[in-house]
Amino acid sequence: MSKTVLTIDDSRTMREMLNMALVQAGYRVIQAVDGVEGLEVLRAEGADVVITDINMPRMDGFGVIEGVRADPAHRATPILVLTTESDATKKERARSAGATGWIVKPFNPTKLVEAIRRVAA
Amino acid sequence: MDPFESIKATFFQECEELLTDMESGLLAMEQGDDDSETINAVFRAVHSVKGGAGAFGLEELIRFAHVFETVLDEMRSGKLPLTDEVAKVLLRASDVLADHVAAARSGGGVDEGRTVGMIADLQGLIDQDRANELGLNDHGDASGADEDFGFVPVVLSLDEPATDAPDVDIAALLSAAAEPAAATPTWKVIFRPRAEMYAKANESALVLRELARLGDVEVSLDASGVPALDQLSAEAAYLTWTIRLSGDKSEAEVREVFEFVEDDCDLTVVREGEAPEMAAADGAESDASASAVEAAAAAPLDLEALLARVAPTAEPAPLEIPPAQPVAAAPVAAPAPAPANLDVAGLIALAEKASQDHAQAAQTPVAKADPKVDQKAEARAGSGAATAATPTIRVDLDRVDRLINAVGELVIQQAMLSQRVFESGLARSSDVALGLEDLELLTREIQDSVMAIRAQPVKSVFQRMPRLVREVADMVGKKVRLVMDGENTEVDKTVIERLSDPITHMLRNAIDHGLETPEEREAGGKGAEGTVRLAALHRGGRIVIEVQDDGRGINRPRVRGIAVTKGLIAEDAVLSDDEIDNLIFLPGFSTADVVSDISGRGVGMDVVKRSIQALGGRISITSEPGKGSKFSMSLPLTLAVLDGMVVSAADQTLVAPLSNIVESLTPRAEDVHLIGGRDAVICIRDTFVPLIDVGVALGFRDTPLPPASGVAVLVESEGGGKAALLVEAIQGQRQVVIKSLEANYQHIHGVAAATILGDGRVALILDVDALVTTSRRKSPRIEKRMAV
Repeated sequence: MSKTVLTIDDSRTMREMLNMALVQAGYRVIQAVDGVEGLEVLRAEGADVVITDINMPRMDGFGVIEGVRADPAHRATPILVLTTESDATKKERARSAGATGWIVKPFNPTKLVEAIRRVAA
Repeated sequence: MDPFESIKATFFQECEELLTDMESGLLAMEQGDDDSETINAVFRAVHSVKGGAGAFGLEELIRFAHVFETVLDEMRSGKLPLTDEVAKVLLRASDVLADHVAAARSGGGVDEGRTVGMIADLQGLIDQDRANELGLNDHGDASGADEDFGFVPVVLSLDEPATDAPDVDIAALLSAAAEPAAATPTWKVIFRPRAEMYAKANESALVLRELARLGDVEVSLDASGVPALDQLSAEAAYLTWTIRLSGDKSEAEVREVFEFVEDDCDLTVVREGEAPEMAAADGAESDASASAVEAAAAAPLDLEALLARVAPTAEPAPLEIPPAQPVAAAPVAAPAPAPANLDVAGLIALAEKASQDHAQAAQTPVAKADPKVDQKAEARAGSGAATAATPTIRVDLDRVDRLINAVGELVIQQAMLSQRVFESGLARSSDVALGLEDLELLTREIQDSVMAIRAQPVKSVFQRMPRLVREVADMVGKKVRLVMDGENTEVDKTVIERLSDPITHMLRNAIDHGLETPEEREAGGKGAEGTVRLAALHRGGRIVIEVQDDGRGINRPRVRGIAVTKGLIAEDAVLSDDEIDNLIFLPGFSTADVVSDISGRGVGMDVVKRSIQALGGRISITSEPGKGSKFSMSLPLTLAVLDGMVVSAADQTLVAPLSNIVESLTPRAEDVHLIGGRDAVICIRDTFVPLIDVGVALGFRDTPLPPASGVAVLVESEGGGKAALLVEAIQGQRQVVIKSLEANYQHIHGVAAATILGDGRVALILDVDALVTTSRRKSPRIEKRMAV
């Protein structure tokens, strides 16, 4: 069984790029376009890893992290935040909300898969 | 297509949408909308453009987007207030960003000077100290433009597929440690996770596995901190690992493995031989850790104890561990005949995880589930759902066009079938005829639905206009406010694509010729800022585009003078105000003393008019001196079908577009007069209009039809020009599918297109405007005099 990665990003480009890299690396990918949909999809389908953008309409990445951690079924699901903010405050805020790790955009597929490997079996 | 290229194509498509969103947001902001969601949306758009650009290494685009984004972020955080001036700078920045996107897409260059100037303007919005702090003054490189942007699709050869269960890695660790490394061990890593690390879903085993990728590792575990089972807290962390790593890796590379967890663990990375310094550890623990390596090495002693402690995990449950826990089951089953201390490490790690997992599962509802968070999330979800867009799909235009063509043929086929059934003499009330009626209704419905698929709001064209207006206004030194209405008016896609040029031209004309300079306006008691209104609306089955300015209006005496000078009208011609205004559409007319670079571009209004007419459109102008002018352009909603009146003339079946027809009547002989013995006019309710014998006009015959034996169809062209078309009979009204004549044959004066009728015959569709224009040009003066 392939591991399932849920990617949450409002940018279609970014979703496709994640999809390409992840599928090539052998993961199953499900997608959501914003935080609200992300949490819905996670509840409905489950995922082994969540990758989420920070800046999104309706619900941002911090909301996603809080939502995932507040869901008993996903308290221990690794969450990687995906953002161009190399800005320490955002990263710190994501961390304290419960993010497992982060991927700094732009990423290359190797780095992406490496990050997933670090947080998921 | 190469997946990479296809993603790039997606990126540029998305950029277009983002730029559009951005511009509408900025325009709202210019109108004073400082709602945080508006600003956020603009920020996100720029941010996403930059994010995608980063992935494709579009350096110029990244550099500019970064500066733009930084300024927006300042605004977002409330540090930069929204003023009119700020909004204007941002709008111009959005234009430059659009240029950058276009350049990146085409591979062309951008106006470097403009970019530099724009960056300076953006930086100017932020005070200098703050700009330095944000790193904005060092060429905007804070984006990390130096990072490796290369996004080369690499086929990843992972050591193990991503689907591997952790036990494989444990095995790898075991084997790595089983054969003592040949290379000299270089690094000693002491790793003690804290509880917070596990709370963020990080796992020690994965970190260790990553570490093992860097070189040969020897891992030992200090589990001495693990309390007896009854005192064991599922949330706490008790273990310390010591790893010897050999290989030529730098300290940074080693630490990078711990990137995600370094703030949630005590970590020491030292060269072998140096004294480990556990920064966060207190003295006693530090000793313990330091001795942990040795302790672990002397495993047998500890092993017994440890096994005793972890035993419950492996045994059927005195504790509440579910037997089916796969994680717990795996290592137990693993027949790893490896050095004991490592086995224990694996076991403990997994046991710890298992118990944590379990504890989490057991504690669930009580746990840390914060009801407030849930409610908030739901509230957001709720409000989000309310504003959620209708789901859409993207379809190739080709497919839609194929469908439209097929439906076109269906309409024809259906009409032919009806006609044959009718001709066969079947009663109207027969089942077949009734069924056919239903079929006709359905066909019509399908046709409407299919056409609706291609219908799009004119927004996509309108959205490009604010920028144009800004640029033209800047160029001619006028202040202009653009107001847009009816952006959601829908029209067929093929029509939309052709709206852009005429609108562009009309707007340029309105700003360049219509509006006065700010000084003139103020002198005339108007505000310095002129208003140009661009509107779209549906009227009479057509789309009407209006461009209205509040400028000086048409200078009629001057227009008339020019027309006379250029021989376009006779000196003594009697023209209504409307007719004078519409003189500007005549070929060879240009009011600008110097053909300006802006609205002129070497193109007169006559060319605009012709291009609109080619689309089956009309254009006219109304004007009020001192108050402004209004251009109205109307186009058919679709270029694919037409409601027409089927008529016969000279044994030919012809179609007159219904939208041109005002009324039809049987002429009385006494109402028809011949002018100069040749050109006929007809008096309809005291107004004289030219009477055009269609059969003669199209060259089907030479002798005119006696007026009284035919039917006159009164038609109206753009600019109000009327004429009566004389035909032999009216056959009926029908929707016809337009088949281009130019595409299949060539242009014929007086004929707009062709169609296939129900009986399979080809019928020509009349170009009413052309027919009327020809007749009027022949005798405008005479007709007018008679009309007065």
